[in-house]
Amino acid sequence: MVVIDARGSYCPGPLMELIKTIKKVPLGEKIELLSSDASSAKDVPEWVKRAGHELVEIKKEEDYWRIVVKKTK
Amino acid sequence: MNVTIVGGGVAGTLTANYLATRLRDEVRRKEIEITLISDRDKLLYEPGLLYLIFNRLEEKDILRDLKILLDPGVKFVFKRADKIDLENREIRLGDEKLSYDYLVIATGSRIVPEEIPGLTKTGHWFYNLDGAVRLRDEIAKFKGGKIVVSVMGVPHKCPVAPIEVTFLLHDFLKIHGIRKSSEIIYTYPINRVFLMESVSELVQNLFTEKGIETRTFFNPIEVDAEKREVLTLEGERERFDLLISIPPHKGSKVIIDSGISDDGWVPTDRYTLKVKGHDNAFAIGDTTDLPVSKAGSVAHFQAEVVAENISAEIKGLPPTARYFGKAMCFIETSFNEATYIWFDYETQPKFVKPNKFTHWMKIAYNRMFWLTARGVL
Repeated sequence: MVVIDARGSYCPGPLMELIKTIKKVPLGEKIELLSSDASSAKDVPEWVKRAGHELVEIKKEEDYWRIVVKKTK
Repeated sequence: MNVTIVGGGVAGTLTANYLATRLRDEVRRKEIEITLISDRDKLLYEPGLLYLIFNRLEEKDILRDLKILLDPGVKFVFKRADKIDLENREIRLGDEKLSYDYLVIATGSRIVPEEIPGLTKTGHWFYNLDGAVRLRDEIAKFKGGKIVVSVMGVPHKCPVAPIEVTFLLHDFLKIHGIRKSSEIIYTYPINRVFLMESVSELVQNLFTEKGIETRTFFNPIEVDAEKREVLTLEGERERFDLLISIPPHKGSKVIIDSGISDDGWVPTDRYTLKVKGHDNAFAIGDTTDLPVSKAGSVAHFQAEVVAENISAEIKGLPPTARYFGKAMCFIETSFNEATYIWFDYETQPKFVKPNKFTHWMKIAYNRMFWLTARGVL
């Protein structure tokens, strides 16, 4: 699993980091995105659905969000 | 003692001129040397490219020799910096090495259209002079059809320029009587038309009013030059007759070659503008990794802070200036009207209704910029 620690980065930083990474990783790879920006919890799942990938997990940790996405196409 | 500035864009030029003013006596007494290193001998007023593509400004209006702009107290080295060695406080220029006591990294950003396959074959852009000159010809001979204005990645320079070019295209096509036989499509990588929500709302309303279509969550991965289509990561295809792209950006190669970061953005303290982990090195302008606009106004406000603090340290005064995210952008909403936004780390932008006065202020500033570059305004 590839981990992107985008904590401390503001919208749309975390989403753009995810987009940049998803272009590079092989099909089936999971990406764990850590974001302290609350809007990521809304924007990232919305983009994942639009782009046709799989949202594996979205969880609020103490002061950040953990979002796991699987590249499916 | 030596203060070295790497980069001769807005950030570097202004910092050099502010320092020369603040340290006039020390420079005269030869206690301080201010050196600016740049691989370009001219300063390009990049906001002018927006006007150049519509033939409202020409090359001569937006270029000036650095030698004319720089204060006589600044030593200009017209060479390319190959490597910045932060540990040993040295800059390598070919076989030559220059040591420094204070360093200001102002190496800017650059477009990398080659990172989107097919884009260099059939796409256009106005984010550098060559591209803008080519686009000027394309716009002049456009006879109607579909124009796609596509933001192909963030961050990019001047966040509002893609919006402005779209508004001005609408006006230009109207003036030439071909707006009705043309479509304008604006695309953006995230789920709205601009980074900041408040700006996005205003822009979306103006786009709707002007009949400009939008595509969001639109991340181009390829341009099919034969079919003249943009292909996206989200699986969409958008045909075009004229593609005006805002290509992906990267920081300067010297930052990557020096091992400072992988993408060319320098890790920078958001208030002191010091390069993280280095007390005598600063980064300003487009080259920082800060969540602020890559815009001339940001470079200008940051240059003031850095020059004030370096000069204070040299004089033994407390270096108390802080950058607080201040930015100001004019937004041309047509050839006759504009609005503007002011914002900082904690203040969201508020608008004035687009109006003629703000537009004329912008037109005037296009001329007055050269006073800013000299450190006067």
